[in-house]
Amino acid sequence: MRAELISARDIATAILPLRLEHAGVAVDGKPLLADLTLGIEPGRRLIVMGANGAGKSLFLRLCHGLIEPTSGRRIWADGTLRPDAQAMVFQRPVLLRRSVSANIDYPLKLRGLARAERHAIVARTLDRFGLSPLADRPARLLSGGEQQRLALARAWAMRPEVLFLDEPTSALDPSATRIIEEMIEIFAADGITIVMTTHSIGQARRLAEDVAFLNRGRLIEHGPAAPFFAGPQTPEARAFLAGDLIW
Amino acid sequence: MDGPFGIALQLIASGDAALMQIIALSLRVSLTAVLIACVLGLPMGAGLALARFPGRGAVIVVFNALMGLPPVVAGLLVYLMLSRSGPFGALALLFTPTAMVIAQTVLILPIVVSLTRSVVEDLWAEYREQLRSLGAGRLRAVPTLLWDGRVSLLTGVLAGFGRASAEVGAVLIVGGNIAGHTRTMTTAITLETARGNLGLAVALGIILMTLTLALNAAAWGAGQWARGRLG
Repeated sequence: MRAELISARDIATAILPLRLEHAGVAVDGKPLLADLTLGIEPGRRLIVMGANGAGKSLFLRLCHGLIEPTSGRRIWADGTLRPDAQAMVFQRPVLLRRSVSANIDYPLKLRGLARAERHAIVARTLDRFGLSPLADRPARLLSGGEQQRLALARAWAMRPEVLFLDEPTSALDPSATRIIEEMIEIFAADGITIVMTTHSIGQARRLAEDVAFLNRGRLIEHGPAAPFFAGPQTPEARAFLAGDLIW
Repeated sequence: MDGPFGIALQLIASGDAALMQIIALSLRVSLTAVLIACVLGLPMGAGLALARFPGRGAVIVVFNALMGLPPVVAGLLVYLMLSRSGPFGALALLFTPTAMVIAQTVLILPIVVSLTRSVVEDLWAEYREQLRSLGAGRLRAVPTLLWDGRVSLLTGVLAGFGRASAEVGAVLIVGGNIAGHTRTMTTAITLETARGNLGLAVALGIILMTLTLALNAAAWGAGQWARGRLG
């Protein structure tokens, strides 16, 4: 599987690194994200942290291309405006009112893949994430944890180079959270770059290779995870980490 | 059993040929009108939900208002279009079942368009980011949203059929209530009641009510089933 993913990618130009250059998003003149400059490197797990309202979700939407920067630039390595080889999993994923298999099939159909190829990818995806027993179940009737598993599986089937995850486990119980984290490890093992927001510091410690810390729409820390957790450079990040420890 | 109800039951039980012919024509006209209104109205409603253009609000208000269009006015408009001196007079469609289908389509279309717009607009608010992320633009989202709204949309289609099968004004004006040609259940009830021939009128009334009831029961059942099955 992994070899297949890589060979598929060799044909297309790699889309990473993704670079933001002084990117900002303002709504009605009010800056919600400002002056973001960073590179998202291939093969890393980047965890985006920050308090509520710091702009974490907006940052993911900006990277993913759901919103456009109102200042600065977003540059994909392949030079396109919005490359296909990316996917996003939302905090509350929207599943279509059809079966589990049909939900995985839908984005593949949008990409114009032939029926036989789609069929093979869907079967492989269901198998890979233990969803085969649920294949014909209506997606909307799954439990919250199962729905999020399906959302991740659907994203995986799209063979992204980079996957954006917006607090994917915040609505889930601990065991469902563990399953999702295991799935994220599988993604990473397949060479898929992860950019994920979370408000759980424990989860960030478990998953992060790199950390980006946002405060009031600005990127105030960005670098490898270990030094960040050992000794954050800014008072805001120190307060954020300490706040969690008190609880 | 000489009262109107007795006669009505005898007519129904005997499968009276004239009665059956009237029922068949009514169903043919109304179902065809519903079908055409759906083919036009579902994409129009979805388009109206997703598109942003100047005057969109006005278009929405007009379609909402047209849901209350009096059938006789719809009939009159179609009559003016199709009459010999009208723009489509050369087609000689007046007093044919085709004219009745056109008039009923005019009546139902606003219902289908308005309901579709409302259903699709709500779904779009929920689905928008996800569909965009999966790679579906506005245009490609239309069939997806219509399909995911199918249970709610069925209600609108049914309301349209209810309006078509119940109205008398439009089919009377453009059809002319010609026996064996353009006589429907509602126009026949009007005529037979005026003539004092209550048995036939009551028989038609019973059948009309039964049909409506059966259709609504079927749609309700389908909706319940779909909600349990599809979420």
